[in-house]
Amino acid sequence: MAKVTVSQKHCTVNPLKMSQPIGAALAFMGVEGSMPLLHGSQGCTSFGLVLFVRHFREAIPMQTTAMSEVATVLGGFDNIEQAIVNIANRTDPRLIGICTTGVSEIKGDDVDGFLKQVRANHPELGHIALVAVSTPDFQGAFQNGWVAAVTRMVEDLVEVPLMETRFSRRVNVLPGCHLSPGDIDELRDIFEAFNLDPFFLPDLSGSLDGHIPAAFMPTTLGGISLENIRRMGSACWTVAIGEQMRGVAITLEHRTGVPYKLFERLTGLAANDDLIGFLSKISGMPVPRKIRRQRSQLLDAMLDGHFYFGGKKVAVAAEPDLLATLTHWLHEMGCQIQAAVTTTASPLLEDIPTDEVLIGDLEDYELRAAGADLIVTHSHGRQAAERLGIPFFRVGIPVFDRLGAGHQLTVGYRGTRDLIFTIGNLFLADNHEPTPATWLPPTQEANPLVSLHVS
Amino acid sequence: MSQLRAKVQQVMNEPGCAANQAKPTDERKKGCNKLLAPGAAAGGCAFDGAKIALQPITDVAHLIHGPIACEGNSWDGRGSRSSASQLYRTSFTTNMNEQDIIFGGEKHLYKAIQEVVEKYNPAVVFVYQTCVPAMIGDDLEAVCKAAARKLGKPVVPVNVPGFVGSKNLGNKLAGEVLLDYVIGTEEPEETTPYDINIIGEYNLSGELWQVKPLLDELGIRILACISGDVKYHEIARSHRARAAMMVCSKALINVARKMEERYGIPFFEGSFYGIGDMSDSLRKIAQLLVDRGAPADLLNRTEIVIEREEARAWQRIAPYRPRLLGKRALLFTGGVKSWSVVAALQEAGLVLTGTSVKKSTPGDKERIKELVKDDAHMFDDLKPREMYRMLKEARADIMLSGGRTQFVALKAKMPWLDINQERHHAYAGYEGMVALVHEIDKALSNPIWEQIRRPAPWENAAMDDELAIRIA
Repeated sequence: MAKVTVSQKHCTVNPLKMSQPIGAALAFMGVEGSMPLLHGSQGCTSFGLVLFVRHFREAIPMQTTAMSEVATVLGGFDNIEQAIVNIANRTDPRLIGICTTGVSEIKGDDVDGFLKQVRANHPELGHIALVAVSTPDFQGAFQNGWVAAVTRMVEDLVEVPLMETRFSRRVNVLPGCHLSPGDIDELRDIFEAFNLDPFFLPDLSGSLDGHIPAAFMPTTLGGISLENIRRMGSACWTVAIGEQMRGVAITLEHRTGVPYKLFERLTGLAANDDLIGFLSKISGMPVPRKIRRQRSQLLDAMLDGHFYFGGKKVAVAAEPDLLATLTHWLHEMGCQIQAAVTTTASPLLEDIPTDEVLIGDLEDYELRAAGADLIVTHSHGRQAAERLGIPFFRVGIPVFDRLGAGHQLTVGYRGTRDLIFTIGNLFLADNHEPTPATWLPPTQEANPLVSLHVS
Repeated sequence: MSQLRAKVQQVMNEPGCAANQAKPTDERKKGCNKLLAPGAAAGGCAFDGAKIALQPITDVAHLIHGPIACEGNSWDGRGSRSSASQLYRTSFTTNMNEQDIIFGGEKHLYKAIQEVVEKYNPAVVFVYQTCVPAMIGDDLEAVCKAAARKLGKPVVPVNVPGFVGSKNLGNKLAGEVLLDYVIGTEEPEETTPYDINIIGEYNLSGELWQVKPLLDELGIRILACISGDVKYHEIARSHRARAAMMVCSKALINVARKMEERYGIPFFEGSFYGIGDMSDSLRKIAQLLVDRGAPADLLNRTEIVIEREEARAWQRIAPYRPRLLGKRALLFTGGVKSWSVVAALQEAGLVLTGTSVKKSTPGDKERIKELVKDDAHMFDDLKPREMYRMLKEARADIMLSGGRTQFVALKAKMPWLDINQERHHAYAGYEGMVALVHEIDKALSNPIWEQIRRPAPWENAAMDDELAIRIA
């Protein structure tokens, strides 16, 4: 449906996109006792760290190999080795997730080779899992880094089952990076309502959901345990959420034989009907009363809300999976997608219900969003929203100027219902009261004498 | 690159830096190139530091030449305020891709500069080098020179790739850029005997505006604030100031010292934090101006303003003093000088139980010692785990620190106040000190602390017994 174009500018103005390594780092933060380590200069880590601190309002475990100019020229082995030893001594992690950056990729550091050498030099660190992922800053975007890290965790950590012993209640869930910790919590509730036992990889709900731990933790506060990652081969099904996770699901299937089912999105009525129908089928359980009620509440919210959504022009800028999720849902609610801007290529883009999807920045977006009824993007859209004077719904990462980013819900019947209320209220608050001049015929409007009378 | 290397060496061996001068000769030559510890490092890179120091120049287009990480992950993050142009808040980057890495990024950069000039018509373009283009050998200076010639607009190269060092080094290298390319390149339309520069003030949360009204009242003109709420041309003309105040001692000392050397502008090191410090700073500004020929009545007028403002501040703080008296504070800060905040806290009746001196010079440490006697602990490098333990054991009532340690305090259920660069409140001058005391009081007296520290009823054995009795 949509024509996908790439912005041809030489200068990116007001970036929408963020880089791969921090997407990968966030994925590692969904593992218990984990410490993401960016192999690059200090700034690579500190920028990402500050970004996540502002978004989640949580302490963020993230370290750096602190490459200096000289170390970069000579190669980063010593820095990686020192970093791993220092992290082990200071924070005692279960997993160190090493993400490369532009600096180390251009130098051509053989990180996998380095890690073999570190293993040989330090048998005392044998209990710490080391997972390395290639995430050059000059390719792809945040979403690609997330996918690369999860893929690598599946390849390196999931054990190949020796025998076909599958636990009929166990389901792997592979969430894309567009799901919040709150979304994961919601999904867990839904799966458990069918007596299923979901393993989320990554699981941000235990680590970045904002809770008070009993003691100080220098690593992640929670997340999926290494043991559970290893046992993902014993599940009956893998549920992948978002097109970005398809490759990971396939990798997991090849490795373990666990079949997968992909849900492109879990926002909206039909999308959730698909999920609930599927869960009912694989669990052999009828849909619980609680979920039937939630569906009914969603129907009612759609009825109440459609008055305000119908015909509204919305401009959305987000990473591909989030963009697809929101535009399809808004379209289902009767909105027109006036503009769609994204960060990186994806097979989803052509199906987005609008004429053009642009891989570009927030300057492009601002030009296309003029005259819209609502703009939907992350907090960096705030300057555009202010200039355009259009109501602004913040979504995605980063959201640094509002509370509760970690708990923003978009999935499930309940999440969709709440989204209708939140966005519907923005439309309601922007209700344009009529004035005597509202319905002037065009000829009179142009006539200064008439407008003089009216005023 | 060798040019950059020489600059780094020069900045490292800064004669104005007290820490460096305290070292033996051979060590001094090595400068302060502290090696960053892999896996145990915190803080930004040199590029980060350069951007912090220069981005508050508001009518400049700040163009970052690098892959998306350097700008995309970090933009619109600082609270430096502007009274005029908002251009500095627009983010520009070349967003380098693989093609650039293979074929070189110079042409891409040139075209990007051209686009920025055509679309936004800034007073000037600052172009920041980052690690990746530095590695592939993009000649930043050459591209900027060519662009300036062709486009008829100043294009200033900021050659500070992140991996040359720390944030602090980046601040200083940014200062060198101003000295080399901006300061002294234009002449002011008029000068007065009351012209000053303020160096190392970034107008975060509008702090400069807590000080400026008093300077205005005294007829003192800020020729340039380097760099906060300042335009390019103001910095270009700043060499005609009669005196300068250096605010954040470690960040831009090279600028203050070299402006004294080149243009004979005397400077002093001062602070706007704390009532006493604010008064001292006003006095010193007035004194320096009078020394340089301003009419002597300025001194008297300054004293009158100080007396009036101090009295007004004390009067506004007085109601808080009984509420804050004896409350114990932990202070962990790098950006704002520890000793100046220490004095301010004492003015409000608080007791300091510990402070960090990691980024303080030996002189700073002495000053802190004088202020707090021996009853406070000075920590060089307190690990978060230790910090958490101290708070958990309730060895303090409130912690004041930067965002990095915010959650150490909050997770220990301890009141916390942001006094670092990302803070949302302005704490400068007399106004700011009243605001700080107000914020501390707000944090300490909030009713949530009592509620969140109370265990859940089912975790409380005594309550269980009571219930059991009642049920029985």
